Amino acid sequence: MAQYQCPDCDYVYDEKKGCEREGYPAGTTWEQIPDEFPCPDCFVREKPDFEIVETLEEGN
Amino acid sequence: MSHVITQTEQVSVTPEERKWAIAKRYWYLVTLVVPVILILSGVMAIESNSGQWLWLLAVVFFIVIPIVDFIFGADSFNPSEEEQEALKDDGYYKKILYVATAFQWIGLVSMTCVVTQGDFSWFNILGAIISVGAMHAVGLTMSHELGHKMNDKTQVIVAQICSACSGYAHFNIEHNKGHHKDVATPDDPASSRMGESLYKFALRELPGAARRGWTLEASRLKRQKRRAFSMHNELLQSLAITIVAYGVMTYLFGWMALPFLLITAVYGWFQLTMANYIEHYGLLRKTLENGRFERCQPHHSWNNNFKASNLLTLHLQRHSDHHAHPTRPYQLLRDYQDAPELPHGYPAMMGMALIPAAWRMIMDHRVVEWANGDMNKVNIDPAQREEIFRQFHNPELSSTSFKASAA
Repeated sequence: MAQYQCPDCDYVYDEKKGCEREGYPAGTTWEQIPDEFPCPDCFVREKPDFEIVETLEEGN
Repeated sequence: MSHVITQTEQVSVTPEERKWAIAKRYWYLVTLVVPVILILSGVMAIESNSGQWLWLLAVVFFIVIPIVDFIFGADSFNPSEEEQEALKDDGYYKKILYVATAFQWIGLVSMTCVVTQGDFSWFNILGAIISVGAMHAVGLTMSHELGHKMNDKTQVIVAQICSACSGYAHFNIEHNKGHHKDVATPDDPASSRMGESLYKFALRELPGAARRGWTLEASRLKRQKRRAFSMHNELLQSLAITIVAYGVMTYLFGWMALPFLLITAVYGWFQLTMANYIEHYGLLRKTLENGRFERCQPHHSWNNNFKASNLLTLHLQRHSDHHAHPTRPYQLLRDYQDAPELPHGYPAMMGMALIPAAWRMIMDHRVVEWANGDMNKVNIDPAQREEIFRQFHNPELSSTSFKASAA
């Protein structure tokens, strides 16, 4: 499960949590999110602008 | 890099600016003063039995603020990065807006009571309508500020309650998801076009925004597998607050309360329309090769940096920064030196927008200068296109000015 961050505000899309208020339930993968998905906080950046959040793998 | 910028900013702050920056914290309380003026004007009208008092807030808004702007001039203070860090999480600023939202409702109830229970002339009731409309304008600015903080449930709820005061239920949804996405393009009903009068714009903006708000909320609910007409519809939630509150006031103060509330609400919406009219007049984002519009840049918003009107509008006049970073709280918004500049603050510009000929005389040449004479770069009212090209199109202007600056 990966996380993707909006490059403008602090919003992070976490695949584990999804984005319920915009209608993307927990577990919705980034791939399933449509390209025109705007950042649900600032609404001025879309999915293609998001950056993957580098996280340490568990156990490392 | 950012460290270098911080140092430069610190050096450029004068002692007077420092003093102003500290005082500004308390000047923001002007947001609370607006509904208080309205409440006091109602009390005075009843106590002294003279209806002229009902004009008070309208006079403050359209006459006193522009004069104060003229006297005190521009606000040169921009918070440095360290100051922004401290200001960002200071709950004081949003609490002002929470209290002000309660005051707005008290203002509306008290003025409705005064107008319906007192015996005032139609002329003075008109003053009350414009005064409540001015209060609604500030209320919608507050709701705008709160409604952008989508990651804070409390602010979003207070924004709904605040929008409900003037019955503008779709505002927050429409503004965040619609206007910010389509700003400064022909697709945006809330971006005015060159040659379009305020009145023509209003007829496009008011229904266009309502339609867009509903569509956006319905599609959100559809993704959630809910019906558009459900209690989860945030637009209907806000509307329900309005209906209940206006209904209760009509029950308490008599049937005259209803037309008063509806007229003041519509006038409040029109005040917001005026703000929208001013903010992006004629400005257009370029179409990229892939058919999409370029990202909204600082030069796609008209700005003004006058102290008084900036306090009154929660720094909304620092509009370029707002569009660049919509979630940035109002106390952090900065002035962009290179952004297009309006000659006056919003209240005075609103007054000018009411007279289309005056507006065009003041603004059209600014749009032409902004586009360096190339009218293909301007958002133009299709009905005026030929006439505007004939009158203003001079793309050579850009090459001449380039040569001049190069020389």
